Amino acid sequence: MITMLGAANLLLANPLFTNLDQIFVLLRNWLVGFFPVAIRPAAGVVLGVVAIVCVFPGLFALTTVFERKGLGRIQNRLGPNRVGPFGFFQPIADGIKSLTKEDVVPFRANAVVHFLAPLVLVVTVFMGFAVLPMGRNMVLVDMDSGLLFFFAMGAATELSVFMAGWSSRNKYSMLGAMRAVAQMISYEVVLLLSAVSVVMIAGSLSLPAIVAAQNQYTGSFPHWYIFTPWGLAGFVVFAIAATAESNRSPFDLPEGESELVAGYHTEYSGFKFALFFLGEYLAMFSLSGLGVTLFFGGWLAPFSFLNFVPSWIWFFGKVMFFIFVFIWMRGTLPRLRQDQLMNFAWKFTLPFTLLNLLVTALWRFMGEGWQRWVVCTIILAAAYVIFGRIEMRRQHFGPRKYRYAE
Amino acid sequence: MLGDGILKGMAETARNFFGSYVSKERLTTVEYPEQRIPTAENARVFPFLVYDGTDWEAGMRCVACQICEKECPPKCIYIDKSTDKKPDYVGKPQFYPARFDIDISVCMSCQICVEVCPFEAIKMDTQFELATDDRFGGLLYDRKELSRSNEYYHAIHPTEAAEVDARLAEEKAKVEAKAKAAAEAAAAKAAAAATQPAAPAKADSSGLAATAPEAASLTDATKPAGGGS
Amino acid sequence: MSPIFYLLAALTLAGGLAAVLLKHLVHSALAVTVAFAGLALLFLQLDAQFAGFAQILVYIGAVAILIVFAILLTHGSELPKGGVFSHTWFLGLVIAAGVFAVLGWAVLASVSAVPQSNIVPSVTVHDIGIALVGRYVLPLEIVALLLTAATIGAVIVAMHEKERAR
Ligand code: SF4
Ligand code: SF4
Repeated sequence: MITMLGAANLLLANPLFTNLDQIFVLLRNWLVGFFPVAIRPAAGVVLGVVAIVCVFPGLFALTTVFERKGLGRIQNRLGPNRVGPFGFFQPIADGIKSLTKEDVVPFRANAVVHFLAPLVLVVTVFMGFAVLPMGRNMVLVDMDSGLLFFFAMGAATELSVFMAGWSSRNKYSMLGAMRAVAQMISYEVVLLLSAVSVVMIAGSLSLPAIVAAQNQYTGSFPHWYIFTPWGLAGFVVFAIAATAESNRSPFDLPEGESELVAGYHTEYSGFKFALFFLGEYLAMFSLSGLGVTLFFGGWLAPFSFLNFVPSWIWFFGKVMFFIFVFIWMRGTLPRLRQDQLMNFAWKFTLPFTLLNLLVTALWRFMGEGWQRWVVCTIILAAAYVIFGRIEMRRQHFGPRKYRYAE
Repeated sequence: MLGDGILKGMAETARNFFGSYVSKERLTTVEYPEQRIPTAENARVFPFLVYDGTDWEAGMRCVACQICEKECPPKCIYIDKSTDKKPDYVGKPQFYPARFDIDISVCMSCQICVEVCPFEAIKMDTQFELATDDRFGGLLYDRKELSRSNEYYHAIHPTEAAEVDARLAEEKAKVEAKAKAAAEAAAAKAAAAATQPAAPAKADSSGLAATAPEAASLTDATKPAGGGS
Repeated sequence: MSPIFYLLAALTLAGGLAAVLLKHLVHSALAVTVAFAGLALLFLQLDAQFAGFAQILVYIGAVAILIVFAILLTHGSELPKGGVFSHTWFLGLVIAAGVFAVLGWAVLASVSAVPQSNIVPSVTVHDIGIALVGRYVLPLEIVALLLTAATIGAVIVAMHEKERAR
């Protein structure tokens, strides 16, 4: 193990690898050097913001093509392949289309709120990226309470969804917004609690510190939190809650097109709709980034001998893997019903997460050794089976009873 | 257990995902403008007018009887009868359409015009790439645009066209035989008596009256087999 | 007191005033949200990250949404026929002034009670956690009890409703 680490360290000491690893940091420092000394810190932050604002929408554009092609393949179709080589210029065409479309604001809509909603959404979603460590030394602001900041920004997006739905003066929008907000509030509880177990072990709310806490290798295997019983359970719940939080299928009832046209963005067209679309994908990216940071060791390499690969490649690779799973799930699972959604949130995931918190505490205080592995695994597995049996057992559906019509 | 259904589903879609890269049978998509599959023989889009021979104007089968114009449910056929006559396929002088327009923006491809036409003059085309940037003039087809040769008809609906040709030939033979018999009878009569020179003409006109309904009943009886796609 | 403080204070006050003065209930709720955001920014400006983010998370993420939901579920989003001011606005003003006076007195008194120092204490989340389960464990537990009671009450109310509907 020592030699392994030594070899890795040797590699890390190699200037080429360090440079490649830190290329963006060096680039930023170099660019900042052109500014007068007084505004250098501010300039550094601005450059970071510019980078985030450029990189993630680019990723969004790529993801839309890959998503449509992937979904096509899942359904044994070809997917878009007309615009440019293999259809890769499709997002450009889509962008031009949405920019040139007429921006329709409903006559009775509340124009100011209607205008502000997509802006609030995109801005708050972008803010979440500020605390994500995307590589070694690559975090825009290393806040002491970064995780809290992330969740605070996530909470603010709910408000924008409500604003969009309410201001449109459209029943579909309103219903979509109500569904979205109810769903996001329910799953936000679960999301927070599943992240808390990581905080309990890492002992910090700062995301770089959480990554650093996972930066150990046994042999060449990493100490990511996903490889512990509580981490696995927490991650499963986190993934479910993150899917619900970003309104992705199978939790996409807020925009269930079969019943609600397009949910809260029914009345949006052109650029504003594009902003909503962007916001949804950015939320997906940032939640994936958070999941990677909390459970998958952030920018750490999966094996210690792979440490020479630049850290940001690992981060973005893991995020893209998450996105792939998101798309895969979208291609597989049918949409839930509202009552199933709520039942699942409050009757299965919430008790399970609370139990997971207890198990995490147990893990923390049982000290090193194999006992805690056995005990925690048994408790969690039993809980999963029992909760699954009891809470999710198939209800006996009789003839439908109408509450008011009869 | 909770979640095994999800895993099963994910496995299935993963199989589709990777399988579509490996096996060509999975991908049933036809990339249309470049790749085409031949249209089915029974396909039908909009009607066209059949002509025999090479000259569309001379060989046009339509006799402007206007049955199709009256039967067309959305009333999208417009016919003006000619004032003079020209010989039809059996050589009888008939009217012909001086104007025959079909508004394909109104036509609903019901094929009723084809079924009612007693003269096998109107058939369904399989051509479907009819987009135009002029939605009024461009979608109102006149008789020249509607005309297609019998060979074209054979090319797109071989079975049906063969049946129609056989029927027409049979009719023609019948008419010719009748005319021949009438001529022979007339000749015999003339030879025998040589007193009533007006007889052949009379026989001819009665023969005409007989063939038209006969042809109509023939088409009615055989249509479902050939054109009932 | 920097100009940023005055800006934020103005934003917060404007939000609060708008919440009281606007006609439309949903607009008021959104204005309250602006006031909450202003408060959160004030906390951040004072270097109290935890309090600021908790303010956003709890007040904007939960309380504002709760208010909005309550408005929508009670059909309160229609514009009121008459004015928004009640007849007893004078009494309300007096009570508000009284509350403000008490709060102001408490704040001012606490300023003189706490020894003033120019060193800004750096409070990390860790310190807050230690304080919460150490020195302030009793208030924390009482609040927890209160919230549990509230939750149970809500569940009972909801159950009752369901039975009546049957
Ligand atoms: S196909 Fe039907 S609608 Fe079209 S012209 Fe013939 S009768 Fe009219
Ligand atoms: S029914 Fe036939 S012959 Fe008569 S007008 Fe129509 S196409 Fe011509």
